[in-house]
Amino acid sequence: MEDIALSFPDIRNTVGNIPVEWYKDFPHIGYNLDGKKIYKPIRNKDELDDFLDKMENPEYWRTVHDKQTGSDIVLSDDQVELVNRLERGLKISDVMIHPITNRPADKRSFIPSLTEKEKVSKLVHAIKMGWLKPRRVEDDGRGRYYDLWASEDSSILARHRMHLPAPKIPLPGHHESYNPPPEYLFTDEERALWEQQDPGDRKLPFVPRKYSSLRQVPAFSHFIHERFERCLDLYLCPRQRKMRVNVNPEDLIPQLPKPKDLQPFPTTQSLVYRGHSGLVRSISVSPSGQWLASGSDDGSVRFWEVCSSRCMKMVQVGGAVKSVAWNPNPSVCLLAVALDSVVLILSPSLADKQVILSSERLLSAQQEGEEPAEGNGSVVWSEAEGEELNQGVRLKIQHPKAVHQVVWHAKGDYLASVMPDNTSHLQVYIHQLSRRRSQNPFSRNKGLVQCVSFHPIRPYFFVATQRSIRIYNLVKQEMTKKLQANSKWISSMAVHPGGDHVICGSYDCKLSWFDLDLSTKPYKMLRHHKKAVRGVAYHRLYPLFASASDDGSVIVCHGTVYNDLLQNPLIVPVKVLRGHVMTHDLGVLDVTFHPTQPWVFSSGADATIRLFT
Amino acid sequence: MGGLQKKKFERGSATNYITRNRARKKLQLSLPDFRRLCILKGIYPHEPKHKKKVNKGSTAPRTFYLLKDIRFLLHEPIVGKFREYKIFVRKLKKAYGKTEWSAVERLRENKPTYKLDHIIKERYPTFIDALRDIDDALCMCFLFSTFARTGKCHVQTIQLCKRLTVEWMNYVITSRSLRKVFLSIKGIYYQAEVMGQLITWVVPYQFSHDHPVDVDYRVMATFTELYTTLLGFVNFRLYNSLNLVYPPKLDSNAESEPKEESEDDYAMNSESYLEKLSALSASLARVVSSAEEEEAQLDHFPTEGEDMEKMEAREKELKQQEAQKKLFEGLKFYLNREVPRESLAFIIRCFGGQVSWDKSVCIGSTYEMTDETITHHIIDRPSVDKQYINRYYIQPQWVYDCVNAKVLLPVEDYFLGVTLPPHLSPFVEEKEGDYVPPEKLKIMALQRGEKTGNEQEEEEEEEEEEEEEEEQEEEEEDDNGDEEDDEEEVAEEKNLKKMEEQRSQGKSLQVKVTPGKLKVENKARLEQEEKAEEKRLAIMMMKKKEKYLYDKIMFGKKRKVREANKLAAKRKAHDDAEKAKKKKARK
Repeated sequence: MEDIALSFPDIRNTVGNIPVEWYKDFPHIGYNLDGKKIYKPIRNKDELDDFLDKMENPEYWRTVHDKQTGSDIVLSDDQVELVNRLERGLKISDVMIHPITNRPADKRSFIPSLTEKEKVSKLVHAIKMGWLKPRRVEDDGRGRYYDLWASEDSSILARHRMHLPAPKIPLPGHHESYNPPPEYLFTDEERALWEQQDPGDRKLPFVPRKYSSLRQVPAFSHFIHERFERCLDLYLCPRQRKMRVNVNPEDLIPQLPKPKDLQPFPTTQSLVYRGHSGLVRSISVSPSGQWLASGSDDGSVRFWEVCSSRCMKMVQVGGAVKSVAWNPNPSVCLLAVALDSVVLILSPSLADKQVILSSERLLSAQQEGEEPAEGNGSVVWSEAEGEELNQGVRLKIQHPKAVHQVVWHAKGDYLASVMPDNTSHLQVYIHQLSRRRSQNPFSRNKGLVQCVSFHPIRPYFFVATQRSIRIYNLVKQEMTKKLQANSKWISSMAVHPGGDHVICGSYDCKLSWFDLDLSTKPYKMLRHHKKAVRGVAYHRLYPLFASASDDGSVIVCHGTVYNDLLQNPLIVPVKVLRGHVMTHDLGVLDVTFHPTQPWVFSSGADATIRLFT
Repeated sequence: MGGLQKKKFERGSATNYITRNRARKKLQLSLPDFRRLCILKGIYPHEPKHKKKVNKGSTAPRTFYLLKDIRFLLHEPIVGKFREYKIFVRKLKKAYGKTEWSAVERLRENKPTYKLDHIIKERYPTFIDALRDIDDALCMCFLFSTFARTGKCHVQTIQLCKRLTVEWMNYVITSRSLRKVFLSIKGIYYQAEVMGQLITWVVPYQFSHDHPVDVDYRVMATFTELYTTLLGFVNFRLYNSLNLVYPPKLDSNAESEPKEESEDDYAMNSESYLEKLSALSASLARVVSSAEEEEAQLDHFPTEGEDMEKMEAREKELKQQEAQKKLFEGLKFYLNREVPRESLAFIIRCFGGQVSWDKSVCIGSTYEMTDETITHHIIDRPSVDKQYINRYYIQPQWVYDCVNAKVLLPVEDYFLGVTLPPHLSPFVEEKEGDYVPPEKLKIMALQRGEKTGNEQEEEEEEEEEEEEEEEQEEEEEDDNGDEEDDEEEVAEEKNLKKMEEQRSQGKSLQVKVTPGKLKVENKARLEQEEKAEEKRLAIMMMKKKEKYLYDKIMFGKKRKVREANKLAAKRKAHDDAEKAKKKKARK
């Protein structure tokens, strides 16, 4: 035994009699007496090496493997002898003749155990029923990943046609930096605003902060929250594909002919007619284009020379003037003025003697007949006397109610007046000057009449009520058309000199153009003005029309009308004219064109009249 | 004429959608199970185009799923597993109730489990699809890996997340695919480019979490379950693509391997291995020991005109990228203990630098602080006792700014105790008309190679200041001049008075005609005005719908301009205030 100890350096393992498998994972196999690790020898013997060893090594038969140290030990002759002896001793043992006890074996030793059977049958039953399953092989998690996309087939792709991938989280901007540039930090007001706002309305979900060094940055308290919200968004938020409009805004602007090519039209403010002290409600230009009459709230009618802006004459009529209208007949010189419930016929004597004479004749024609038309008792015609006569007032037509508008027929003999009243059918009167006769053309109330107009050529009569325009045939005495204006409240109306087109302005900022041959609906709605449209006008000769509004601007548009029925009118805004000052929220009240020149007059609430040429 | 009367809501979009409750009934699942299924399978509600039609005339707020999606769920094997689990829970409860402990043990051993492999494959048919959606997975795993092992979720999940994120970071280091980093107040954002996909993730700062009460951790856990599976497979594939061993092993023959002695301090188990891996200081073992990395060279194709330009631009970009990858090559960093070690080690290793730290901070340090070859010492405290002369002591922001600028920035601005320049987000790409902070302009100039721009500017500033001073003097002189002017004015007034007197006395004034000035009309300006007017008039004639759209677009544009102007004004005010302060201090 001694020499064995000598021949081997003492590498005894101190771990004791334990299963060697416990050290399977480690590079060592135990500890020696000094507490140092005993390392496993590098074994790379496989079957082949083993076989070769067996064939070639003469010592193979006496080599044994020590499990505790993991090394191969070649046994010495003494040890082999010892082994042999042990083997012999086991094999050759003395068999005694007599047993130690003579007791016969139990019955239970040769019949199967019942309790065991019961247990086994229970287990079998449990296995059969699927209650008992073999113990699962523990999946250590390391080997569970493999190349999932080794064979990429596109067949699965087809199912994902309706798939909308979730949008990615927006990337952080400079705001979010721990040390942002100073302009990204909140000022005190911004901070206060941020704190006031509802969390949903905030532009940034956090307050930008600045830290002078990285070590001072604290944990972000909402981090888990944000992740959680993202999770919720991913599985709870309904998704919808939205097409983003990617348009160049320039492409949306319509291509129109250049205003330069559509000249002439008024472009600049050239004259201002000052003198009135109240807002000027109505203006009218004489058919010759030399005189301008204006009626104002200060109770006066003024006559201006157009070219010099001089006030030639002023007539005090004693009441706010609602409407003035110059007789369109060039051979007479008369002006109709509406104030309160009276319509005055003025002869301003601002013309040739012949013209004045002919107008006098027209006025006095009836006197010879000596029979005032008593067909309608509510309207009273009377001659002016005294002071009034000196001022030029010739006739007074007394109405039962307040008159808002007077309009002349193109021939200059007939005159229509409007008394808006929702409750009665007596809203419009047509007066004949030569015979001093008045008549009410309508027997029924069709709504509040806003304004009326005569057709320039044919015997038609336009009546604008609150939401629609009715066209009556005066000869046949019937309604021919009803135009739907598509606006809330019509304010004004003008008829094209050709007679086939009508524009009407409304208090809801719209201007509608009707083509009478086309439809009863507006051909075009123009929403140019910011505030209520107060007046509209056509030019008699040029293809122009203008609209005046409470926003203080007059917009001049080019509106060519073609003779052939297939072509629609061409409407191009050409100029926005500004000049009037807003007073009491009122801007421009009336607009009218010069009869021959491309000039436009506008009267405003600032008591001025302006001429744009 | 005739035929059967068509019933409403029996065809069209009403039949394509199903409400959540009906879907749940159809699948015979409880609401939590339905939720889990939706999360795992990636089923989400759809917003119908005409909600009222789909809702059968009602306007009640309901969430709708596509009927096809729900039908698709019907065949899902996981649904069966859910039911099994439900039964398992019931059995377990019963066994507990009867105190049959052996049965409890047996049941526990056979707890039903399921795998999500097929779902991953189904949701992401190609690898690129998976990469595209990996952002959320990364964010979630990084968050979970920072959780403490207390209660909020299973310890195994946290460990798994930790392992997967470490694997991911090691991949990014080895492939050198990190592009941008950003220190925000929320956490640290990283952006990497993997196989052409830009992947962004955010890692919270290393603090213990203050767990909010109104967060449903079950939902988060379900997501994490899916994401860990996804990330595992993605990692496997990515490691394979680089010939790396998966699960990752440290390269045994690399020089930077942690020394053997340090191992004695730790228990030798799998966890310490993971820790060593997460130290990020050692390179990984490869399946095939690769030679030096081959340079990716673009093949040249004969091209013309525009293509040529594009090609050149691309080549340039590629070169730049290549240069960025080697940004920190040859530099040796040492991290002081107060800086975020993991983040900095990750970034520095991503760009080829060497990095180490104090041995007591973390396993895996490769060299000591006393090493003379260290070039940069990253430190985040106002001062340090013992400074080595042959290294820069800089603040951590320098590393992040360098990565974003793609060049090594001058270190002077980042020295100890110096006020740091602002840290800008690399994710903002300014378009024309946007506000660009001046710092960004400076960096852009540096990138272009105008190195002295900064100094020059400073000099200029100084000069300016000097000039200002001079100006002040001049102003003083001007004041003198003004006095002269005043005298003149006084004289004029006298003249006027005289004239008025004359007038009051009834003398006629001398009528004088002064030569008029020719009013020069600026032609270009006039033309411009005319054009503007034309445009305004044309806009008036727009149709209502188009006008609305146009107004909206223009409103957006104007708002952008307004915001940019606001920022610029704020900056200017701030700069002025700073300058004034400086001046005061100087005086």
